[in-house]
Amino acid sequence: MTDKNREKKLEFVETKYYSAPGGRDFILENGAVLPEFRIAYETYGRLNSRKTNAVLICHALSGDAHAAGFHQGDKKPGWWDEMIGPGKAFDTKKYFVICSNVIGGCKGSSGPNSVNPSTKRPYGLSFPIISMKDMVNAQKELVDFLGVKKLLSVCGGSMGGMQALQWAVSYPEMVVSCIPIATAYKHSAQQIAFDEVGRQAIMADPAWNGGDYYGKEHPSAGLAVARMIGHITYMSNKSMEQKFGRMLKKKELGYEFSTEFEVEGYLRYRGDSFVKRFDANSYLYITKSMDYFDIQEGKKLYHAFKDVKAKFLVIAFSSDWLYPPSQSKEIVKALKMNGIDVTYCGISSDYGHDSFLLEFGEETKLIRHFLENVHRKLEK
Amino acid sequence: MTSKRKEELRLDHTVIGEMIEPGSMVLDMGCGNGDLLEYLVLNQNVRGSGVEISEEAIYKCVEKGLSVSHGDIDSGLKEYPDAFFDYVIFNQTMQQVHRPMEAMMEALRIGKKVIIGFPNFCHIKARMQIFFGGRVPVTPSLPYSWYDTPNLHFLSIKNFTDFCAEQGIIIEKKVFLSQKRIIKIFSNIFALNAVFQVSRR
Repeated sequence: MTDKNREKKLEFVETKYYSAPGGRDFILENGAVLPEFRIAYETYGRLNSRKTNAVLICHALSGDAHAAGFHQGDKKPGWWDEMIGPGKAFDTKKYFVICSNVIGGCKGSSGPNSVNPSTKRPYGLSFPIISMKDMVNAQKELVDFLGVKKLLSVCGGSMGGMQALQWAVSYPEMVVSCIPIATAYKHSAQQIAFDEVGRQAIMADPAWNGGDYYGKEHPSAGLAVARMIGHITYMSNKSMEQKFGRMLKKKELGYEFSTEFEVEGYLRYRGDSFVKRFDANSYLYITKSMDYFDIQEGKKLYHAFKDVKAKFLVIAFSSDWLYPPSQSKEIVKALKMNGIDVTYCGISSDYGHDSFLLEFGEETKLIRHFLENVHRKLEK
Repeated sequence: MTSKRKEELRLDHTVIGEMIEPGSMVLDMGCGNGDLLEYLVLNQNVRGSGVEISEEAIYKCVEKGLSVSHGDIDSGLKEYPDAFFDYVIFNQTMQQVHRPMEAMMEALRIGKKVIIGFPNFCHIKARMQIFFGGRVPVTPSLPYSWYDTPNLHFLSIKNFTDFCAEQGIIIEKKVFLSQKRIIKIFSNIFALNAVFQVSRR
């Protein structure tokens, strides 16, 4: 095999599954029980003998365990492939990178579309409500199973950043460094509002049927609208103006209610492609967990970070109005007040919230050196 | 800060390094590419962090393994509790702060000691240029033209000494520099840069 072919072959990755041994129950934050829970995950690179090089990547609302590399037969790589791989920011020649699908999701981990062992039917709305803490506690089981005692870093953007923060707070002894990107320590009224509009779009679709639609017609129209709203919030006014302006799909206006503007076509395309890969009930559960997320838990933010031991790299983007830099700065301020070592960068970008999935060059510059530095200190 | 300018300021890095107790907690306000902070980490073993407005400079600092916050000096000081740092440094940045008085008072609150390095506006070259040339001076320590200077405030060594006296700030150490050496006499005429260590005590 030539080197090039070998390299190509190495790029193929596959999703693996972790199930609690003996079908043990997973207890949720609200006391509910999740029997026979399962986590879909992928790993890239190798865990070193001292187990000091593990990095956990947490995905955002619509993400999954497939963060990097190619699945056999696929044309597109994982959702953060530009950041994870040999020689990249999360250099898989150096680090053992783990990414798992959140519980409540629909990409292989236990979620509303999983089969309820007691009824042998998909859970639907009988799936318990989950929180960010639950997602993190489930990941903790996986990390334990993989034999990792300390995570060199926990990193994620958007909802992934919330998990990263939760990790640093819930398991301070395990998290050496934390990289929350384009995120918030709690959802604001505006963030909850957008989520609620998305949920209402799904629940207003007759096909949703109280969440019981598996094996029947799915609430695709509702989920597509939810995704369209989402996409508007992920872009900036400037990026939309640059990408679409008032461009038309045809030569001139037809004065009818079809897709006439390019931006309409784009949103419809985004909505339609999303429903093929995402479960509407998961959208409800996951957005709820984000709305519930509040790292303060009634305390001052400064007190919430009291026991945190991780070194932080906090990243925000100038044009992100969904998770604006001001929210990241509040995190930075509260960390500083606790004497925690923190680096903050507000990257200048026009891409809005989507920046964290697009501004690879800038993110790489920051993350690569930050990780190398943390790793060097840990190895000392 | 251009590389030419960086070279000129090497001497004040050494001077500041000598002022600082090894192993201290240091905050560098307006740390630029992090050259001074890196120097202090390597030579004085300080636990340092910086605040810097330029995104490009932040990348350079992170590359050096430094902890830095992207933001402006005026708001960067309020984020810390009282006497959090052993030293707060303003090297060549106090003259660029919007409200120097406020920044100084905040620095004295969060830092046990404050180190300030600034270009002396009343250097002989500046005096000559104003007096004979009739123009706003351009000197090795003030190398900018009026239309592109980052400096908002201009002060001399005497101005700063007066300011400290008025505000009850104690001057603990002071070093005056020409381009390459330390100046001992007639500093307000011959020093291009001054470095003061002050405190509230």
